[in-house]
Amino acid sequence: MTGVLPVTLGDATRVVQALLYSGKEYVCVMKLHADTNIEHLKKVLCDFQDVVYQRPPLRASVKRQLRTRRIYYLDFLEADGRKVLFRVGCEGGTYIRKLCFDVGEVLGCGAHMQELRRTRAGPFVEAESVTLHDLAYSFIEWQENKNEDNLRRLIQPMEDALGLVPKIYVRDSAVDAVCHGADLTAPGVLSLDSNVKAGSMVAVLTLKNEGVALSKALASAQQVLDMEHGIVAKTMRVIMPRSTYPKLWKGANKQNEQKS
Amino acid sequence: MPRSVAPWEMKHELLVKAKGETDPRFGCRPEERSTENRMRYGVINLDKQAGPSSHEVAAWVKRILKQEQVGHGGTLEATA
Repeated sequence: MTGVLPVTLGDATRVVQALLYSGKEYVCVMKLHADTNIEHLKKVLCDFQDVVYQRPPLRASVKRQLRTRRIYYLDFLEADGRKVLFRVGCEGGTYIRKLCFDVGEVLGCGAHMQELRRTRAGPFVEAESVTLHDLAYSFIEWQENKNEDNLRRLIQPMEDALGLVPKIYVRDSAVDAVCHGADLTAPGVLSLDSNVKAGSMVAVLTLKNEGVALSKALASAQQVLDMEHGIVAKTMRVIMPRSTYPKLWKGANKQNEQKS
Repeated sequence: MPRSVAPWEMKHELLVKAKGETDPRFGCRPEERSTENRMRYGVINLDKQAGPSSHEVAAWVKRILKQEQVGHGGTLEATA
């Protein structure tokens, strides 16, 4: 299996969660076990553009209970004998090997996955991916020749990993409270994406575009616009180190005085 | 079933609730971080080759870039 594998460094490991749940796209070679009418095959593939039920395989790192995953699109690309090439866009955690097997069951002839290449993981696409060789070369170039240009091109800011997560931009004064684990309240919100939904993951960002935390929205974008007080998003995972921004919440100075 | 809209095809806009400014004395725009911090808060869109597991590839990145901690988003394995 080849293709896009986002790798996080150092403290950026905190944003991994946003990538695990993000959608994926694959190009896959499926091998049919008998000759099949192409038009029929295309129709069957089209029927899989839906919510599918899957039980994780025996060799899996998750609990083996039946779960649902959405297939956003499943495009037939070409066929060569019993080999079928298709492109699939799906939710994170969809097993493509299982998908191929199920397509074979519906066709009646049986099928299995022969080759798989991931062409997208959330915001990261194949066209912009880099090889280990590029990485090793530019790192040495930076260490030995002090040329950082290539390395900076290959290593992206962790905020890029939040590309597809709905965002909430907050005031400087709200940042450090969130860094200490507090939930985000309405007065701290400056702007937000229209696709923020209650119950789903959001990224809390500063006006400088720095990631502060991954949170769970408790209200929709429209509701947040009308809120004057109350919790907007529950902090799930803090990304930014504490004290990057000053402590400005009520009682913060008092706390500091008591300590000294 | 017709195809549905994937997250990367969705359109959304930024809604403004209040006006505000950010103090340049604190924090740093992600693209202006030093190369050391770029790595500390960095992510690589890696093209994984066939053969090694995602875990092994992450371990190689760790060694090549002399990092203490690396993670990977979404395993890309034979069972995927």
